[in-house]
Order: sequence, then structure tokens, then C-alpha cells
Amino acid sequence: MRFRAKIVDLACLNHFSRIINTIAKLAKTCTLRLTDSKLYFILADKVANGGVSMWCDLCQGNFFDEFQMEGVAAEHNEIYLELVPENLSRALKTAQSAKAVKIKLTNKHCPCLRVAVELPSLSSSSRIVTHDIPVGVIPRRLWNDFREPGVPDFDVSIYLPVLKTMKSVVERMKNLSNSIVIEANLSGEMNLKIETDLVSVTTHFKDLGNPPWASEDGCQSSPGRDLESMAEARIDIKKLQQLLAGQQVNPTKALCNIVSKRIVHFILLHEDVSLQYFIPALA
Amino acid sequence: MPLSAQPLAGGEPYVLVVSLDNARHLSSLLRAVHFQDHATCFATANGLRVTVEDAKCIQANAFIQAEIFQEFAVQEESVTFRINLSVLLDCLTIFGTSSLPGTSTALRMCYRGYGYPLMLFLEEGGVVTVCKINTQEPDELLDFDFCSTNIVNKIILQSEGLREAFAELDMTSEVLQITISPDKPYFRLSTFGNAGSAHLDYPRDSDLMEAFHCNQTQTNR
Repeated sequence: MRFRAKIVDLACLNHFSRIINTIAKLAKTCTLRLTDSKLYFILADKVANGGVSMWCDLCQGNFFDEFQMEGVAAEHNEIYLELVPENLSRALKTAQSAKAVKIKLTNKHCPCLRVAVELPSLSSSSRIVTHDIPVGVIPRRLWNDFREPGVPDFDVSIYLPVLKTMKSVVERMKNLSNSIVIEANLSGEMNLKIETDLVSVTTHFKDLGNPPWASEDGCQSSPGRDLESMAEARIDIKKLQQLLAGQQVNPTKALCNIVSKRIVHFILLHEDVSLQYFIPALA
Repeated sequence: MPLSAQPLAGGEPYVLVVSLDNARHLSSLLRAVHFQDHATCFATANGLRVTVEDAKCIQANAFIQAEIFQEFAVQEESVTFRINLSVLLDCLTIFGTSSLPGTSTALRMCYRGYGYPLMLFLEEGGVVTVCKINTQEPDELLDFDFCSTNIVNKIILQSEGLREAFAELDMTSEVLQITISPDKPYFRLSTFGNAGSAHLDYPRDSDLMEAFHCNQTQTNR
């Protein structure tokens, strides 16, 4: 198993750092899957996470100037690592004005991702700051736990409102209630609702638009579904707030798929990164 | 969104209807008196007064004149209710506390009377939020009886200067002593802490002093 990569372009580096920061806000520990063309950050749904799961993938070619990997075996040319994204995020904080960042998988005393940040210096020799981030190697027999989740058989798919507004509203609602109801219909309307003994608050968004999904088996909401009828799910408000708070840059496309009373599937797309987040409905 | 004061079908008419173009004017004022969770709202034709009390020894009042509002209608002589101020503030600031230049949150508040919740309708950028906050029995409020003929000394200061002074007070002192006198030091804040005593003096001709009326020396702790 080998992995080494290098980023030289400052814009790519900052973009990569922002993505890691977002991941760090969503998961304490996650799985990093490396293939020769892509990187994946995966959080599999477990009771410990509150049932949420995350899938984020990016093309290595858009970020790295050099990228070489050798998987566990020729037929399985992939590496699965368990890591704490916050550690990677902190290491990259020192790289804000770096000349280059090299990442390498090492195994001196234990498996680590070695992040070497080359910083500009006044003297002729560069300063290099090295971070060793401990990682766990995930054996091949467990790889099935981390398969890409399929798009659920949703009832309604709708574009999200301006994230800044949604973020403010959800943050305030978080002070008032532990759970929030998201409901939406095929007429581009979405409501966020909370209700407690003290107060009930409903925010109405209109004209959001519904994404046209290509007709695949079971992937399109049933034709003939009443356009006004709302699909709804009650979810943990903290999980939603974490997802929204982690977005440092406005995505190119942001939408959610609602399976009534079961799960809400969020998809946030930037030019070169796709982030999917699943929040199950509360009982 | 019901924009008129007409009651919803089957309901009682509203006894209080208030409209404000920029809800932030109301929320910033209420935040200034938000040191307890609950507040009593008192509306008359003159305006809206929000009172917050602590342990029957401190009372803060925020009063907004009826003229400040774009619409202010009170159907009875006075309307009073107790409400959770933290919840009210969260609702008033539902679209966030910092606004983009050029955008503001429009507010409409409606109350049907005793036993009914307070309804808030807030709108910003085409997005509408409807809040329903339960109200409670109004409490007995302290009446400090600040009859104007009994006033001995009165000072109006710019708050920024006072805020800086309060931030620097020696917290190891048990009391804050306030002295007002017609001669030096005019207005003095004193503390007596572990390190010694400290005095902050404001001369009567200071830039911060808007009004200084002193008939006799008074010291209070």
C-alpha cells in the first residue's frame, strides 16, 4: 500500500482545506477511501452517529499536481483509512500561504498520514512543518460497509432555499426545539416547522423549483403525484444545523430528496465536489 | 399570510395589531432589557412598554411610542400579557441578527386577547415566517413611584462612556457607590475591593454629560 500526493497551487490548496473543514464539522471520525482517480470521505450510518450518513467525493485531478497510489492488491487498487478529519483540518491550517503540501502514507510506528507543509521563508532554504496524523487501515473484508448509498425512492425532490437564510432560520429554531419538520411539495414550496408547548414557528419558502430527475427505475417520484401534497419528515435539528453551518461556500446546486417520514437526503454540489448527507426521520 | 386586521374565520377580533417595517428596531431595543427570560408587555394607545424584573429589586422598561410603528391599533384601553422574552427575541431575529444592506425584516404582531397566543408574521426577501407564542398571566409589577416632584438629582449621560466605566469596575468590591454632588466630583462611581478603592469621576462639563441637575449631595450604595 502506497500513497503520495502533492498540491502546489494555492487556490487548489485553499479549496481542499475548505472541503476538509466542512467534513470536519460533519463527522468526528470518517473513512477516507482513495482510488487512482478519486477521494471519498464516507460516514456510514451507525447508531452512534444518530443514524446520519455522509458521502463526499472529489476528483483528485482537480486538486493535486501529483497523485500516486497503490492499493492493497492489483484487483483491489484502493485504500480505505479511518481518520479524524479535524486533525487533517488543523494540519492544513498551517498551509494557508504554503508553497507546497505533500501528503504521504507512512508506517513508522503506526500508520499515519504525513502532511508536510513547505512554507516560504526569508532564507534560501524553505521551512517545512510536518504533521503526522494517525490513521487506521480498514481491512478489505470491511469495505462492503462503505458502499455508495443509492438515491432513495423519494416522494419529493426540491432545490434548497438560499443557504444563508436557511441557516439563520434553523439556528434560531434550534434554540426553541430539538426536532424540526421539513416538508416540501412538487410545486417548489418548502416549509420548516417547529412546535413545542411554548411556541410554534413555521417558515415558508416558495418558488424553489423541483429538480427534473431522469426517469430511472424507481428513482422518480410516482407520476401523477398531487403537486400540492407535502412530503414531510421530522429530523434532529442539530444534525441539520451542523450540515448548514459547515457550508463555507455557496454550492452550485443544493437540493434535498424527502422520503415521507423516513429520511431526508441532501445533495450539495460544487464544481468539483459532491457532498451527500442523509438524515433519518425521528421515530 | 393574513395582511389585514380582519379576524380569521371564526376567531375573535385582534385587540392589538402592530406593524413595523424593520423588526430589528424592536429586537435591538428588547435585547437591551433581556436579562430575564420573561417580560410583561403593556400596550396602550401611547405605545408598547416591555418590562423585565429580577427578584423584585431591579426593573427595566423598554417603551416604544405608537408613532414609531407603521401601524399601531389597540382595541381596548390597555392590553397586558406576560411572555417568554427569549422566545420572542428568537422569533423576531429568525432571519438572523446582521442584515445585508437594503434588506429588512417586516413585522406584524397580532394578539386576540386574554388566553390567546401572540402571533408574529415576519417577512424578508419573499420568505415568510409565522410564529405563535403562548402568553401567560401578567405578573404584579413593581411600582417604583418615581414621582417627578420628589426627584432630587438627575443625570443624563451618553451610555458609551458609562459602559466603559462599568466594564472596568473592580468586581472584588461588594458594593458600587454612586455619589452625585453640586461641587466636585459631581458624579462619582466608587468601588472598595481587595486591591484598594477606586473612583471614576465624571466632571459636569464632560462631553459625555448631556444633562446634569443636582440640588444636593447624595451618596447611595
